[in-house]
Amino acid sequence: MADVYAEFEDKLPLLIREQVREHLPKGASESKTRKALEAVYEEYLSSLAEPGDAVGIVAAESIGEPSTQMTLNTFHFAGVSEMQVTMGLPRIIEVFDARKTMKTPTMEVYLRPPYNEGKDIKSAALRIKETTIQDYATSFSIDIAEPSLTVAFDVARLETVDSSVDAVARILSKGFKKMKVAMKGSSLIITPGKDQSLNDLYRVKEKVRNVYVTGIKGVHQVLPVKRGEEYVIVTAGTNLKEVFALEFVDETRTYSNDLYEVQELLGVEAARQLIINEVLKVLNTQGLNIDTRHIMLVADTMTMGGELQGINRTGIVREKASVLARASFETPFKHIINASLVGETDYLNSVVENVMVNQPIPIGTGIPKLVTRSQE
Amino acid sequence: MTEVFVDHKYVGTVKDPQDFIERIRSERRMGKLSTSVNVVFDAQTDAVLVETCQGRVVRPLLVVKEGKLLLTGRHVEQLQKNELSWADLVKQGIIEYVDATEEEGCFIAFYEDQITKDTTHLEIAPMAITGLATSLVPFGQHNHGVRNAQGAKNQKQAVGLYAANFYTRMDVDLSILHYPQRPLVQTIMHELSDFNKHPSGQNVTIAVLSYEGYNMEDAVVINQGSIQRGLGRSAYFKPVATEELRYSGGLIDEVCLPDKETKGYRSEHDYRFLEDDGIIFPEARVREGDVIIGKTSPPRFLSAMDEYNLTSNARRESSVSLKHGEEGIIDFVLLTENEEGNKLVQVRIRDDRMPEIGDKFTSRHGQKGVIGLIVAEEDVPFTASGIRPDLIFGPHGIPSRMTVSHLIEIIGGKTGALSGRFIDSTLFESEKEQDIRAELAHHGFRESGLETMYNAITGEQFLAQIMVGNMYYMRLKHMVANKLHSRARGPIQLLTRQPTEGRAKEGGLRLGEMEKDTFVAHGASLLLKERFDADGTVVPVCEGCGMVATWDYRRNRGSCTMCGDTTEISNVEVSYAFKLMLDEFKALGIYPKLLLESKY
Repeated sequence: MADVYAEFEDKLPLLIREQVREHLPKGASESKTRKALEAVYEEYLSSLAEPGDAVGIVAAESIGEPSTQMTLNTFHFAGVSEMQVTMGLPRIIEVFDARKTMKTPTMEVYLRPPYNEGKDIKSAALRIKETTIQDYATSFSIDIAEPSLTVAFDVARLETVDSSVDAVARILSKGFKKMKVAMKGSSLIITPGKDQSLNDLYRVKEKVRNVYVTGIKGVHQVLPVKRGEEYVIVTAGTNLKEVFALEFVDETRTYSNDLYEVQELLGVEAARQLIINEVLKVLNTQGLNIDTRHIMLVADTMTMGGELQGINRTGIVREKASVLARASFETPFKHIINASLVGETDYLNSVVENVMVNQPIPIGTGIPKLVTRSQE
Repeated sequence: MTEVFVDHKYVGTVKDPQDFIERIRSERRMGKLSTSVNVVFDAQTDAVLVETCQGRVVRPLLVVKEGKLLLTGRHVEQLQKNELSWADLVKQGIIEYVDATEEEGCFIAFYEDQITKDTTHLEIAPMAITGLATSLVPFGQHNHGVRNAQGAKNQKQAVGLYAANFYTRMDVDLSILHYPQRPLVQTIMHELSDFNKHPSGQNVTIAVLSYEGYNMEDAVVINQGSIQRGLGRSAYFKPVATEELRYSGGLIDEVCLPDKETKGYRSEHDYRFLEDDGIIFPEARVREGDVIIGKTSPPRFLSAMDEYNLTSNARRESSVSLKHGEEGIIDFVLLTENEEGNKLVQVRIRDDRMPEIGDKFTSRHGQKGVIGLIVAEEDVPFTASGIRPDLIFGPHGIPSRMTVSHLIEIIGGKTGALSGRFIDSTLFESEKEQDIRAELAHHGFRESGLETMYNAITGEQFLAQIMVGNMYYMRLKHMVANKLHSRARGPIQLLTRQPTEGRAKEGGLRLGEMEKDTFVAHGASLLLKERFDADGTVVPVCEGCGMVATWDYRRNRGSCTMCGDTTEISNVEVSYAFKLMLDEFKALGIYPKLLLESKY
């Protein structure tokens, strides 16, 4: 039986073969199975894009048209304790532009058993969250008469993250080499060095607030959430690399929505999949139904160069071969002047250039050419 | 200590903010402070905010003190006898103006019997929560607020008698309704705002009914008989003006009948309406292209040669004529001077506008629509008593918009017409629906407003009962006659050779970027080329230097200004805009070289 399916291994994708297997009645004879597969193969061939199909434009229109309906109705889940994540059109634009700085970087940190059943979930979350001195300090006071800055600490709170005033003192003396850091009970007294003025002390005070103490840098907020049967830690701010290093983290499922971070750590292929996932997530929450292949095409285009490129003039548009095509999309002067400096040639091989000079575009009916024998 | 801010600037602190505010208020009510000073205590930030600057919207409210309204029966009596005025009440602190900031700290009662000991103010009338235009919507309390706002917005565009002196004015885009009527269903505001002295609509009989699909998507069907009796008829006025401009060197424009030597002289036919002074006479029937005011201007550039050129009459034609699609009758001619002392000629053109398919109409409930069909009177469905409605309104606009006031007005208008009285439909204080219905039933009609109707074409009785009644309908200033536009071929721009833009210039309808994309998506390559061929040109190109060459039609051969007569020259078909772009590149010092290759 299985050999019938094997015959179609090169013709049909795995998913379709599996679906045929699923839907055929059990015990269907070999010849009937083959007939069914042949019918499916025919249907499959007829639904492939034909040579000359304007797949790019069709993808753009298929994504663009529903997006216009999306702009206004951004849903908010009132009262649900979830992290705020950019959704709707702004997020789609962010992904397709491949922005370096995104509005809301988040991670979903999956945990290994037994942590995923809620064991030590709070301390696990705390180990992920980045904390600074201001999270533990109870007061900052500056003595003007005898220039010094006193930072009082909540020792109990420091102990929750296995830290101490002593440890903080060490971090501070490393960070501020010109200052003297002394411990006095649960407080630290920072005195400026010789050539330091009072003004410097004020500046130091502001700096001290944001000195890193524990946790993972870049993760500003953590929130343990129950996803189905298990606990997951949702974060605001990402740092996949360091989260992966933690022993209780399940690195096979942990998810970040930062394209560049994923590209760097897991490769472009992962970034490509992330583009698809993120866009689909937005579209699904909006109740819009766009064929995945349109988004896959966009994701492919964005990653085919080996690294992420946004759909803008610094990204894939810069890669276009035609001067005129590049010039027709933002900053025309730059492209034309640069092209004239090096004497670029435009072979009019693509759509926009041919529209500009009013020639048939090489798409659809514009592809076949008439061949005639020239008269000698 | 509570911080005090005056116009959002910190000025100091007070110990007891409530006492401080109370003092400001009482001094304002006594007239020691300006009535437009407003103050509020912001508990959240523990601050007193005092507002004195301009540009705040304020509204009047009746002052309530310790649960007691300051306005007494005595005041009302005196007001009625005209012994007391509004200004007196403001001066006495009985009425005060409150802005949006102070309103935050107020507890305002809607009706007098709702006053409690915490109440600070009372609405002068419940209706006062809306603006003037919105309070003109009848039975507004039955609607979603948005619909009232839309109803108000539509009324502002209504054609009516906007000013009694319209005949001496030169307003742009002005329409005057021929037979305006007072609405049968009124609000207090119609009386107070003198709406009845400048009405903007007519009471029409309407049936809520579908008619052959010609009133779907908010369209309305209109009875031709009603139009012939004057329904929605209006006059459209449009001024045309020109002045005698002065140029350097003592040269001046001249309003006159241009003589035949003038540069750019049109045909004698175009000037046929002009009298000796070069201005058209009143009541002339003009069409597009006809000259309204004849004018000549001095030559644009005075070159040295022209001064010695005795034969040339270098004055240019610069008459004002009617633009594409315009027509009318000359209504009024005005000769005057403008601020600079230049002679100014203004001519007003009148055009009678009968309602036609595409003209926009509205009721007062945000239920606007365009005419979908004008039906001959004999084909308009009639009721059992023989009434034929003036207008047939589609029922599908009602459920989703939930403009209940629209339906109540139909019943109200019908009752008012039968009883011979005006129905009061003031917001929150209107006559009760049940009372109106009872009165309608008293006249022998169904209290629901439904009537048996007959199909006028077949004579059959409609299976359903149809709602028939009267309501106030307005014609809006958007008329198809001002908007209708189409073009196949027409004028092109000088620079780009592409079609002109806009209706007044008989312009083309742009096939834009996104429309282009749809052609590409279909792979319709050659259709796309054809659509963009409007500025297509054949350009001779020198194969040597790749630049546009010249073609000598007399000798039927080309030559290149760079490579001479001996080079190969080929004709290339491109859009003129592309050729223009190449020229602009050259102007920038960029050499755009065309590399030619056989197409086949």
